[in-house]
Amino acid sequence: MTNHWIDYQHSDVIMAIGVNTAENHPVSMRWIDRARERGAKLISIDPRLTRTAAVADIWLPLRPGTDIALLGGLINYTFENNLWQHEYVVNYTNASYLLAPSYSFADGVFSGLADGAYDRESWQYELDEKGNPLQDLTLQHPRCVFQVMKGHYARYDKDTVCRTVGCSPEDFERVAATFCATGAPGKAGNILYAMGITQSTHGSQNVRATAVLQLLLGNIGIPGGGVNAQRGEANVQGSTDMAMLFHILPGYLNMPQAKAHPTLADYNAKETPASSYWANKPKFLVSLLKAWWGERAAGDNDFCYHWLPKLDGRNRSHIAIFESMARNEIKGMFVWGQNPAVGGPQAELERKALENLDWMVAVDLFETETASFWRRPKVQPADIKTEVFLLPAAASYEKDGSVSNSGRWIQWRHKAIQPPGEARSDLWIADQLYKAICYHYLRGGVFPEPIVGLNWHYGEGEEEPDIEKVALEINGYDTGSGQPLENFTKLSADGSTACGCWIYSGYYNDLQDPPTKRRIRETEGIGTHAGWSYVWPLNRRILYNRCSSDPSGSPWNPELPLVWWEGGQWQMNDVPDFAWKDAPPEKTAGSPFIMLPELQARLFSPGMVDGPFPEHYEPVESPVANVLSPQQNNPVIIWWQGLGKLASSKEFPYIGTTYRVSEHWQSGIMTRNSPWLAEMAPEMFVEISLELGAKLGISNGSEVLVSTPRGEIKAVAYVTRRLKPMAVAGNMVEIVGMPWHWGYRGLFPGDSANVLTPHVGDPNTTIPEYKAFLCNIRRA
Amino acid sequence: MAYAVLVDTKKCMACRGCQVACKDWNRLPAGATKFRGSYTNPPTLEAHTWNHLIFSETDQGRWLFANYACMHCTDAACVNVCPAGAVQRTKNGTVWPDPDKCIGCGLCVQHCPFHVPHLSKTTNKMGKCTGCAERTSQGLRPACVTTCPNGALQYGERNALLQQAKERVQSLREQGFAQANIYGENEMHGLGRIYILTERPAAYGLPENPCYSASAWIWQLARRPLGKLASVGLFSGLVVGFLRWRGDRIQHKGDNTM
Repeated sequence: MTNHWIDYQHSDVIMAIGVNTAENHPVSMRWIDRARERGAKLISIDPRLTRTAAVADIWLPLRPGTDIALLGGLINYTFENNLWQHEYVVNYTNASYLLAPSYSFADGVFSGLADGAYDRESWQYELDEKGNPLQDLTLQHPRCVFQVMKGHYARYDKDTVCRTVGCSPEDFERVAATFCATGAPGKAGNILYAMGITQSTHGSQNVRATAVLQLLLGNIGIPGGGVNAQRGEANVQGSTDMAMLFHILPGYLNMPQAKAHPTLADYNAKETPASSYWANKPKFLVSLLKAWWGERAAGDNDFCYHWLPKLDGRNRSHIAIFESMARNEIKGMFVWGQNPAVGGPQAELERKALENLDWMVAVDLFETETASFWRRPKVQPADIKTEVFLLPAAASYEKDGSVSNSGRWIQWRHKAIQPPGEARSDLWIADQLYKAICYHYLRGGVFPEPIVGLNWHYGEGEEEPDIEKVALEINGYDTGSGQPLENFTKLSADGSTACGCWIYSGYYNDLQDPPTKRRIRETEGIGTHAGWSYVWPLNRRILYNRCSSDPSGSPWNPELPLVWWEGGQWQMNDVPDFAWKDAPPEKTAGSPFIMLPELQARLFSPGMVDGPFPEHYEPVESPVANVLSPQQNNPVIIWWQGLGKLASSKEFPYIGTTYRVSEHWQSGIMTRNSPWLAEMAPEMFVEISLELGAKLGISNGSEVLVSTPRGEIKAVAYVTRRLKPMAVAGNMVEIVGMPWHWGYRGLFPGDSANVLTPHVGDPNTTIPEYKAFLCNIRRA
Repeated sequence: MAYAVLVDTKKCMACRGCQVACKDWNRLPAGATKFRGSYTNPPTLEAHTWNHLIFSETDQGRWLFANYACMHCTDAACVNVCPAGAVQRTKNGTVWPDPDKCIGCGLCVQHCPFHVPHLSKTTNKMGKCTGCAERTSQGLRPACVTTCPNGALQYGERNALLQQAKERVQSLREQGFAQANIYGENEMHGLGRIYILTERPAAYGLPENPCYSASAWIWQLARRPLGKLASVGLFSGLVVGFLRWRGDRIQHKGDNTM
């Protein structure tokens, strides 16, 4: 999130797109309702009338996978009606930058496409002789970002958008008029999103589209505004920050590549931009290496950079791992608090792939479907060679540690009760594993140094490791004195500091009174609650907050000043997100986005692999042709090698989409084992419209079979008015909605929706396209 | 002074925290339910389900939510018909069942216009919302209210909540909800649950014009002399025996708890 949960109270309009906030984040409604008590409006954009849509002021039903068409329509509406925030756009974004003449876009494809990938060379600014981008602050030049963008989205007129999205022109008009009105200075529009936006073959561009719209309306960096990703798990923000993904190191440093970055000097040279706060990247990386290898990491050995694993150029994301496993390339696997046998796309393929493992270690609270794949329905355990170890883990209330919420608040949680039986904290399990691995490496093995050389001293023997030592390492310390660092501004690249995750630095800078444990309620102010826990970075509650004031430093909304210039100095209700010291407004107005080389926000971004502007493409499986261009799908989708089976709309005419319900959590292994929750939602069900029910003779509460080329599942039909057939490009399309919480284990088992979903993902992140696929449905 | 729960159905988002909090606080077991084509589950209140959320779809395409539990009527059928005096109305307005006195006759089950009380198959005692009397007497709010994340459920002095409800209804009407109304102000001489609605009560699964049958009145009148006769051991034994037998018969379908 750019903002945070409590800040929702300051919004004038809240648009929930691809997020079912009432249902999956119920506590958010406390703050949304507080805004509504002042007259704020809540818009829900969702294929179904969800619990959010039911309580919203406006509901716009949208066909799964058409978010960019809708958001592009709103961008166009903003241009057509001159609702964009002029002063904000001119000063705080790259709208005025001229694009190189080599950039072009035609027939749904950007310049540079060859062999299924873009060469991004042409997605550049036109530079002057000194290498600086040319600008036209009047925004009139035909090749300035503003004009090019206006032209790009002119195709997203109301009629085209409605024919693509499947909504009525009246609904579109209501949403557009309500939300785009927040382009007025002093008004705050807030976009909430979650997996409905991300789980798509253009998911990253869906997110970009929300950001572009918010920038045009001047809604970034202001109280009540922002692009706010509501994370689906209690600590998924924390696990992302700690780099539980293959392509990054903690704190969003790019993972080194074997070919491009053989040495630390290569990495620093290629990965460190000349401008932006990322110019400090070498300090972050060296401090990370010092945290991991301690005294062994020194200036004369590149701080052990050569011990850091490097990428070999192959994708190692979820889909790729399971495709590799299916090809018998992976021998062993740790499945730690994950349940891919239920949560992974094309789940039966993933379950089958697990059979190729020699061994698997599952760490979880219950025996998950993944842990028991070898005795799943319709397989013979004797035929499966995999040796499976199940390690019982302590639940969140049975261990100490911090949890990072969607608003980046790192809140310490104290252990409340002992874990049951032999269950142990994840840290204890990791510590014991490390010690056992070291024991064996010290007696032989290939390249033992990076393992046995780790700076790993959190506890002796089998005792519970000291998690505060881990916290201190993450926060960073002076390698000479061992004292905690105040924050990441104290990091250096000479080995005098160690820091496990630079963005967290400061959260544990006082061993007696660590900020992450503080709980000071704000009694006056605008609800930033600066004394409550610690927020990365630097306890900054709202990112890009220079944008909360106009270029001269006056707050756009005087009722809610965040950082503003008054009496010859900066006044603040939040930690400024710009170089403010000794810098009057005119010196800071041009650099409110300190993490980007331009220091200004990117309406046009060369950073994506699939285009500098978000462009609508159909989901990989779609019943209709793309109305906006002849390019049906995202042209740079990674097509996995033959393992994915795709459906045609002839055999599979209905749009399937998956989601969650309030009563269950993720793959359901915790909630389906909680009788009080499971009795409320006991069985796998699918939701269809009255019209589809009547057409197929499916009555409410009867059993149905839902199929795709990947598999078939049984479920109970919920024939409901909350789904309607949609008119899309002259066709009526029907949606089959289904929660994905069930599997073959637990007190309340059921078939898994992900048996149906395809093994295909976004080209930037490879997140699977769970939200839009083709299926068929019939009576059981 | 009478207290009440205010249910603002316009705020309710049906997260069902209230339903779970009730079971948690009161240590009530879950049942082996089925999905029957509605999110409402368990489909009715039970001896071990004192509070549930009713989901209703309207023909106009709205999805309505209402927390449903004992209404704590001022003129409560269960209080009036109970031959054992096992259901009492406390001075703060809670209709409180005393399991020690309950004889399991089932008259309350039969006469409640809201279908709230149910007999437990395992204990043969009536079970229903107790108003969390043990919490409210200690200055706490009922478990369902405490857990509600956005104030759709509130607990407080009844007159004050009623006033608040009237203002809210006025404001909803101004926002275009012409049908906005209060339920519970006068029903059964005043309910201990006041609903803010934007459709007719029936659309939420609430009975319009609730009342209890004439036979309940007759039983109420008959109860007084019967109470005196209760000292006559043989007669009262017969009556109680009959009522227990009757209670067993009333238990239909059973409550297959797990």
